[in-house]
Amino acid sequence: MRMQEKSIKFGKNLVTTEEFFTAGHSFCIGCGEALALRLACKALGSNVIIANATGCIEICTSPLPITSWRIPWIHTLFENTAATISGIEAGLKILMKKGTIPERNIKCVAVAGDGGTSDIGIQALSGAFERNHDFLYLCFDNEAYMNTGIQRSSATPYGASTTTAPAGKLSIGQITRKKNMAEIAVAHDIPYVATACPSFPFDLMNKVKKGAEVEGPAYIHIFSPCPTGWRHASDLAIEIGRLAVETGIFPLYEVESGRYRLNIARPKLKPVEEYLKLQGRYRHLMNREIEKIQAMINEDYAKLTKKVAAFAA
Amino acid sequence: MTQKRLKIGTDFTWRDMEVGNIITEAGSAALRRTGDWRSQRPITDKEKCNKCNLCWLYCPDAAIKPLEDGYYETDLFYCKGCGICAKVCPKGAITMIEEEEQ
Amino acid sequence: MSKRIGLEASFATAEAARMADVDVIAAYPITPQTHIPERLAEMVADGELNAAYVPVESEHSAMSACLGAAAVGARTFTATAGQGLELMHEVVYAASSMRYPVVMTVCNRALSAPLSVWGDHSDAMAVRDTAWIQVFCQNSQEAFDLTLWAFRVGEDPKVLFPVMVHLDGFHLSHVTEPVILPEQEEVDRFLPRFHYPFALDPNRPMTHGGFGPPDIYSEAKIAQELAFRQSKEVVLQAWKEFGDIFGRCYCPVESYRIEGAKTLLMTMGSFTETAKIVIDERRGKGEAIGLISLRLWRPFPFEEFRQTVKDAEILIIFDRCISPGMGGPVFSEVRSALYDEEPRPKVVSLIGGLGGRDMSDEDFDYVVSRGKEIAEKGSEKMLETVGVRGEVIRIRG
Repeated sequence: MRMQEKSIKFGKNLVTTEEFFTAGHSFCIGCGEALALRLACKALGSNVIIANATGCIEICTSPLPITSWRIPWIHTLFENTAATISGIEAGLKILMKKGTIPERNIKCVAVAGDGGTSDIGIQALSGAFERNHDFLYLCFDNEAYMNTGIQRSSATPYGASTTTAPAGKLSIGQITRKKNMAEIAVAHDIPYVATACPSFPFDLMNKVKKGAEVEGPAYIHIFSPCPTGWRHASDLAIEIGRLAVETGIFPLYEVESGRYRLNIARPKLKPVEEYLKLQGRYRHLMNREIEKIQAMINEDYAKLTKKVAAFAA
Repeated sequence: MTQKRLKIGTDFTWRDMEVGNIITEAGSAALRRTGDWRSQRPITDKEKCNKCNLCWLYCPDAAIKPLEDGYYETDLFYCKGCGICAKVCPKGAITMIEEEEQ
Repeated sequence: MSKRIGLEASFATAEAARMADVDVIAAYPITPQTHIPERLAEMVADGELNAAYVPVESEHSAMSACLGAAAVGARTFTATAGQGLELMHEVVYAASSMRYPVVMTVCNRALSAPLSVWGDHSDAMAVRDTAWIQVFCQNSQEAFDLTLWAFRVGEDPKVLFPVMVHLDGFHLSHVTEPVILPEQEEVDRFLPRFHYPFALDPNRPMTHGGFGPPDIYSEAKIAQELAFRQSKEVVLQAWKEFGDIFGRCYCPVESYRIEGAKTLLMTMGSFTETAKIVIDERRGKGEAIGLISLRLWRPFPFEEFRQTVKDAEILIIFDRCISPGMGGPVFSEVRSALYDEEPRPKVVSLIGGLGGRDMSDEDFDYVVSRGKEIAEKGSEKMLETVGVRGEVIRIRG
């Protein structure tokens, strides 16, 4: 005898049992992004309209003639998610103002990958921030163009091997450092910016809820482990996400109107090697390169803690 | 009564396409049996399970269903056999076993 | 009481959008379209137009924002020109294949390089295949009328295709001419409120923009093409309704003094009016000559076109664009449209008016003379041009 409760209690957190995109989707086995999306949708509820970029989420959820989506959803092109959601937001606002449609609470949410955000989509995103549209932008970062076959993006971390920046006799793989999209969002002076990870599901859901409730632009950068592209076992997405936070590779923090808060502060970070060794994309790294990465992470984390202290919430 | 079956491309003539190829039936992918993908499946030891709900929370495929008695059941129609549930279970109540030949 | 005032075609366009009570305008400024978004922004700022003006950061985002707005059921308008139209090229395809009835004015501008802010048809010709309903305006009155008409057609539930209204950059967009503005009540009678049947709405969740694997893409495209062809019915119906309410009748192929004409000159856009001067002069001297102006460009009005030219012996096509390696694009399409007709006129091509190069009545006189000469004796030139300095190479292409 089966009974679906309306929501399930985890301590103080109530998580709805409703699924806003159905199973039967074609995300890879053990996909961290699928889980992150599932949790984000639970935090958003059904009074949303989602504009989605081309990418893993779009492909896995909307192959004609079927759809996984149980909420209103639109995909147009790759780089224009923020522009599309700007039109949706402006359209809804004016139609309600003119009385053409009844006044309701409908949240405009943009969903895109790292490529669709920090590379090809950055112009549209910057414009949407500047125009102060009331929308929540969720960047699901699996650190490469995964859907098209693991090509590098500006979110690919230093030393990672991708198909267009592969590790080889003459190369370490990615030779540039990961573009800091969260800080770029902060530089636009928007009311809410946060980083999140599905390994910390309640933190993620609370942030998505917070971002949705903010009036004006909100940006959440969501770490999304990818077994296929990062070459790790299909059951490790949660562990890898946890290590990313615990090693300082992906710190969890929020910035509300320019005021920083570190959500998970660790006096001592775990060594990055624990994180790197689980993933095939870093398999080629020599000790000195791992040390270099460790130094970079220490530097970045120190910078962040300084900001947290200087602009404390 | 017609059996609901997963819609596929070859079911459609050009006349059947909705304007703008818009899909008006929400969640129609629910009929796709992604359980065919797996090479291993989870087995839960109810003795060890403490109903913490974490397996349900962490499943990327929402393939773990809550039961009336508070325990959980894996929906083998969808379960892709990733093993995340086994990994996150704090009581080690879930083990992954090789999928059998049907 | 309708009034007659002098209005620049850009301002006439903005006025039409205002009277149509457009909901969302998402536009990026580019010469020679700028007067349109400027006037609309002014109207919004002064409370004359209750619309959301979204000052996007590029033309690609302009059309993308228009898609989003149309998807929630807003009446949507934008304008662009030349490079802007090129920048939004992929989005223009998405607008039509996703069936969003956006209305866009294009102030036809030459494409770089070299950079040119001046007018020709190269931007319009680059979007022939985008499945937008497209019309060319001759004057400011048409700029006003066809913008209103565009909303009526595009938003019709039997159509749901976006519409492009082409105005010659500078030669029309910046020209002040007398325009009859109707009463708001008449406009409201002609143009019903927009009701988009697939609006994104949490109460009725739908998926827009699913991807098309090979086993379904063909069916999707055929369905789109058949719907696009069928939209011509509503195109004509809406023109009839327009005529009934406003008293001005439009048709896909306008003919001017073609009765008994052995030679026909064909133009598109505002240069038509200059060409008409030459027709009058030559008719005055007893020449059996007439002019046709192609107003409806897409869907191509095969029937009306073939009917109009059936008695002509010579058809001279004046193109304001080169299709490199091929010749005049309109010429190519027209010749193809007439290929199976029996009898059919001899079709010849002349190209001019590129990048803002003006065409005087003398130039059109040359077009007619040279056109008749080519029809009779053929041409040794790779390209027949008007007003281009320097001898064009005498090799047949």
